[in-house]
Amino acid sequence: MIVIKELSKIYKAKTGHVIGVDKVNLEVHKGEIYGIVGYSGAGKSSLIRCMNILERPTSGKVIVDGVDLLRLSPKGLRKARQSMGMIFQGFYLASAKTVFDNVAFALKAAGIPTEKRKKRVLELLKLVGLADKAEQYPAQLSGGQKQRVSIARALANNPKVLLCDEATSALDPSTTKSILALLKKINHELGITIVLITHEMEVVKEICDRCAVMQDGKIIEQGATYEIFSNPKEDLTKQFIDTVLNFDLPKQLLEQCKGMILQLQFRGDLASDPIVSDMLQAHKVSANILHGKVEYIKEKPLGIFIMELLGDLDEMERARRYVEERLQQVEVIQHAR
Amino acid sequence: MLDRIIEILPELNVAFYETLIMVGIGLLVALIIGLPVGILLFVTERGLFWQNRVAKTILGVIVNLIRSIPFIILLVFLLPFTDFLVGTTTGAIAASVSLSVAAIPFYARIVESAAREIDKGVIEAAIAVGASPWLIIKDIILPETKPGLISGLTITAISLIGYSAMAGTIGGGGIGDLAIRYGYYRYDDTVMFTTVIVLIVLVQFIQYLGDFIAKTVNKR
Ligand SMILES: Nc1ncnc2c1ncn2[C@@H]1O[C@H](COP(=O)(O)OP(=O)(O)O)[C@@H](O)[C@H]1O
Ligand SMILES: [Mg+2]
Repeated sequence: MIVIKELSKIYKAKTGHVIGVDKVNLEVHKGEIYGIVGYSGAGKSSLIRCMNILERPTSGKVIVDGVDLLRLSPKGLRKARQSMGMIFQGFYLASAKTVFDNVAFALKAAGIPTEKRKKRVLELLKLVGLADKAEQYPAQLSGGQKQRVSIARALANNPKVLLCDEATSALDPSTTKSILALLKKINHELGITIVLITHEMEVVKEICDRCAVMQDGKIIEQGATYEIFSNPKEDLTKQFIDTVLNFDLPKQLLEQCKGMILQLQFRGDLASDPIVSDMLQAHKVSANILHGKVEYIKEKPLGIFIMELLGDLDEMERARRYVEERLQQVEVIQHAR
Repeated sequence: MLDRIIEILPELNVAFYETLIMVGIGLLVALIIGLPVGILLFVTERGLFWQNRVAKTILGVIVNLIRSIPFIILLVFLLPFTDFLVGTTTGAIAASVSLSVAAIPFYARIVESAAREIDKGVIEAAIAVGASPWLIIKDIILPETKPGLISGLTITAISLIGYSAMAGTIGGGGIGDLAIRYGYYRYDDTVMFTTVIVLIVLVQFIQYLGDFIAKTVNKR
């Protein structure tokens, strides 16, 4: 649906050149939710803004639904943008317009005649759950409601793609959840491809089918969200994953433990296998569960357990190798003393 | 004293009417030319859709040039132009010419700075839905700056009242003219005071009206 080829964006600043995006290659498939995660300044906004040419790339290609956006005339580009909605962290609604008129503006931009606008606007407001707010002004709405209006505006012309620039970053956790649920519904029921950028791994975990990690203008790792979570390669990716999955054991507890402390990760397809009990039966060791939880990544479970093994040193080592052969992710947090 | 006021009333009436004509024409021209110039100054700015350094610089220099000339000098400087345009250099209509010339850059700068108050993101969101530059000006920039445009008109109107009194000194007509003729040349304090009071009331009224309208249209 979206193909980005060797895309670079270099800003000319007084202090020299600033690299926003550095030779990025990326493909977003039709119908998926694609997440791009990275710290502030990584170039996420620059990249997503190049996808609808709000920012003109310095070099590279942007191909959306088979059309090379950089070769379009200004008019052609406007037409192409109508098939790509965009929402922002700051909502950016026109304060002098009612909710109705804010949404109707997008239809007006596409040249839809006045008579036809009304029905479509009401339809959209119903979709985002704001049918009763049509005559209000943005100043009278909460952050979550404003984002819903901006989603309605972005969807007005039946776009194929929805670009979300930190769409939930200004919202509280429960509002974030409800906006994410709405995006999921839009993706599911309308089949709209969604690209979202965020600095919150929680958001990626919740709704992204695939994701990419960005640093210094480059994409350093990408793949299916579940793979990224269960088997991250890069340090930065691990850092991001840790914000969601990590649990630091209290120092005191670690000091008290004499045995070998292992962290085991169970992927959804393995979670039910009785690997741990088999391991305990096959070896002369005993185990203490110190911590455990199951995270759902896009509705697929990922279990993490931390346990202390007690027993003979060699036997513990054999037990560790036993689970390591059967699980992808086994990490020794502390060796036996 | 009251007798004197009643005596001067017909003349005061005419003067008041002339002032309104001068200020009204000035405002009208400010709206017709100053508003588009102000918008043009804004949209040719860096990072906006008609970004154009040459156009912006040329326009900016002209605007600053006119604004830096003291009004009384502009008035004299424009006398030939006024004569050419309206066939005379005295009276309210003639004075309106230089008032209008002064009002254009004055209002244009106010419009420009009012437009700068708009969050750039709002304009960007409009670009992102595929709106044309013209539609963005008409449907986003103008409505979003409406309160600023109205209070800008108020400020312009009040400045024009002040300028129109200066125009009076070279025979422009209006309340200022009246005050000079009686108050200054003939030491008639009653007329002087009356005109001052009329001017104060007029300015207060315009300010009040402007504030009221600006507040009503503000949805922020
Ligand atoms: N308009 C701009 N002019 C100059 N530098 C910019 C501009 N926009 C972004 N940058 C720079 O590009 C880099 C990437 O920024 P951005 O894409 O906003 O990152 P992110 O969205 O990941 O926080 C930063 O170093 C930022 O300072
Ligand atoms: Mg950003």
